[in-house]
Amino acid sequence: MNTHPMKLKIDGVDVECSEGSTILTAAKTVGINIPTLCYLEGLTPYGGCRLCLVEVSGTNKLFPACATPVASGMEVTTQSPKLHEYRKMVLQTLLAERTHICSVCIANDHCELQTQTNQYGVDHVFYERNWSCNEIDSTHDFLVIDRNRCILCTRCVRACDEIEGVHTLDLKFHGKNTDVIMDQDELWSKACSCTSCRKCAKVCPVGAIYVEGENIEYTKDPQVIAFIVERRKCLK
Amino acid sequence: MGGYSALVRALSDMTPQGIINEILSSGLRGRGGAGFLTGQKWRLVARANNTPKYIVANLDEGDPGVYANRSLAEADPHAIIEGLLIAAYAIGAEKGYIYIRKEYPLAIQTLQKAIAQAKAMTLLGNDILETHFNFNLELRFGAGAFVAGEETAILSSIEGRRAMPRPRPPYPANSGLWQKPTLIQNVETLANIPLIIQNSAVWFAKIGTPKCTGTKCFSLTGKVKNPGLIEIPMGITLREIVFDIGGGVPAGKEFKAALIGGPSGGCLPEQLLEIPIDYDYLTKVGAIMGSGGIVVLDTDSCMVDTARYFTEFCVDESCGRCTPCRAGLPRLLEIFQKITHGKGEPNDLIILEKSCFFIRDASLCGLGQTAPNPILTTLRYFKDEYMHHIKNKKCKADVCFKTPTKDEPK
Amino acid sequence: MPQMNPKKLRVATVWLSGCSGCHMSFLDQDEQLLELAKQITLVYSPLIDAKEFPPDVALTLIEGAVANEEQKEMLKTVRAKTITLVSLGDCAVTGNVVALRNRWPQSDQAIIDRAYNDPTNLHPQTPQQVPKLLSQVQPLHEIVKVDHYIPGCPPNAKLINYVLTELIAGRIPLREEHAKYG
Repeated sequence: MNTHPMKLKIDGVDVECSEGSTILTAAKTVGINIPTLCYLEGLTPYGGCRLCLVEVSGTNKLFPACATPVASGMEVTTQSPKLHEYRKMVLQTLLAERTHICSVCIANDHCELQTQTNQYGVDHVFYERNWSCNEIDSTHDFLVIDRNRCILCTRCVRACDEIEGVHTLDLKFHGKNTDVIMDQDELWSKACSCTSCRKCAKVCPVGAIYVEGENIEYTKDPQVIAFIVERRKCLK
Repeated sequence: MGGYSALVRALSDMTPQGIINEILSSGLRGRGGAGFLTGQKWRLVARANNTPKYIVANLDEGDPGVYANRSLAEADPHAIIEGLLIAAYAIGAEKGYIYIRKEYPLAIQTLQKAIAQAKAMTLLGNDILETHFNFNLELRFGAGAFVAGEETAILSSIEGRRAMPRPRPPYPANSGLWQKPTLIQNVETLANIPLIIQNSAVWFAKIGTPKCTGTKCFSLTGKVKNPGLIEIPMGITLREIVFDIGGGVPAGKEFKAALIGGPSGGCLPEQLLEIPIDYDYLTKVGAIMGSGGIVVLDTDSCMVDTARYFTEFCVDESCGRCTPCRAGLPRLLEIFQKITHGKGEPNDLIILEKSCFFIRDASLCGLGQTAPNPILTTLRYFKDEYMHHIKNKKCKADVCFKTPTKDEPK
Repeated sequence: MPQMNPKKLRVATVWLSGCSGCHMSFLDQDEQLLELAKQITLVYSPLIDAKEFPPDVALTLIEGAVANEEQKEMLKTVRAKTITLVSLGDCAVTGNVVALRNRWPQSDQAIIDRAYNDPTNLHPQTPQQVPKLLSQVQPLHEIVKVDHYIPGCPPNAKLINYVLTELIAGRIPLREEHAKYG
């Protein structure tokens, strides 16, 4: 894949990167930070949260930086009043979607949604908040899922499928009823494919999946995925 | 015209490149809704240097009240197969799928029968018509999700996964089914192919307008005297469709609006009846061609309620992948609940419009990008009705303010 | 009545459904309160003894969510008599812990009724004039217009001080990187 080096411009900065890289990784090489939620290094890009949307000159469309491959001659804008507004809207709709109460959440101060919300100065949500009543499953020996805090980024689903390779977690239903489930929508204790590897808890950006009784600072370790992927490359 | 004679002509007298050029010069645009130039799409797939290549016929018609594709499959399945064969030959595909929803049992039966007949006549399989062209065709069934009609969602569904759209680029032309180049085409588009090959691109381009050639099927429903399936040349006006073909609004009621393009189309008022039906004009006024649904509304309909109804449809049909569509659309519905229950404030309209722009621009696929259309067009053309609901707490059509809200004090 | 300084800003603080933690945080401004006291007069607050909400208040900080009819009325009164209204703390901004009862299914209303609305329950001496609970707890801005928000549970004393000094000086406080939920 590393045959043609691609030349493009991100926020006016010249970037050179290999074919097949995404706008996000290209931006990182020159120190431009694009906010993300569902993206996680080492997992297939999902393009779902829409926080990493960027503008590309020549079209009105917005593209998710995490999933959009670079092209030669591309001119990318990562900061604009419109993008800022839309990113705030993404955070607001996420906060309004389910019950997000930081003060009683295990991930308080270690939550990516909270961090982004504070960074973007979303000091209130102009929609009526939804007080969701989704199921909490604490039947597993130590893993707990509180679906009311879930932002459906599917990091856990992808980590379970692509890295652990068991695909215990997946989604059920669609639209606003979408939920993360175990096996065929069973209780976690009954989901026999689960290897209890904790990767889902490690990668969860919010407090939806966590290890009971364990310090959240210790549990959260999203970089572990990139680490594993890198080590497996060495094995080959 | 004899069946499959266009295929014979394509295989014996034309090169794949020649076919693509012919389709390009015919000006045929995708009938699935977006209106992308068909020939260009073919050229992209033909030029992709990855093999094998796949071709997918989209027969997942999800818009309520629209049945143009179903009628086509039930009445003339061989036209679809012939179109598929020519397209496959042109782009170099040897495997094709027809993605059809399971709710169309008769269409499935007819297609299965047609495929069996074609196989018996060596029109499908290996060495078709004693050439070196091989093509196999299979049916794939959808479970009826609206979003499964989106082209990348079809790919996921055929691959055996959740029918969720993927971000584009990479486009299916380069990375579609199993990351291979894939041509996805609506069946109505495919049914046009044999006619173009048979009668020449010039003949086809004579129909319709210079930028939108050919004919288009519409399902005309709602408050018209003659509802039903119609096929019209591109470029005739909305007035002609509603009043000349549809016979106008029955029982002495007055025409109020026409919703074009299914649940994510736009509500066009009377003053826009003169616009010609073509992709670009419809987009300009805030509607879409979509799958070809036209719902006519008379003065008994409340535009606020209409917008609410279609928003509700899109909320239910969102796949749940991207935030704007999954988490944003239900917020719009909440605002509508407020307005239609007498709790609306003028500020709500500002939030509504702002959210619509956000969902339109930030959503991942066509469902979210077009879902705000009914709201944006009704806000644009029927704003007074919204204001009437908010200020006077009254509905002229006497539709809203009927059921109590869920958070009424107990 | 203390002598009114006409140059001092008339400020009030209100305590609705909250734990008073935000007021504690307000007091945590410590020595900066002395600085603040030179510029403002506290005309109504749980911290001082005033029975009625006075008119012509320049700035009001409200802690807590709106959970009953009385608070709703109070909030409307405050809004009518105040120029700048500030939501103080997560309860006022989001509903926070108080709003956790919103997620109870409607069928569980019986429990709430039994505990709070039924006058013949275990506490026969409960006076009947207890304000009626709203079916849903709401943050302030869903009921009235709110001008500024200070999220946090409780909000940082420095943030409160920052917003207050900016507002007193007639500037608009920046939102970015100052707000912090939870």
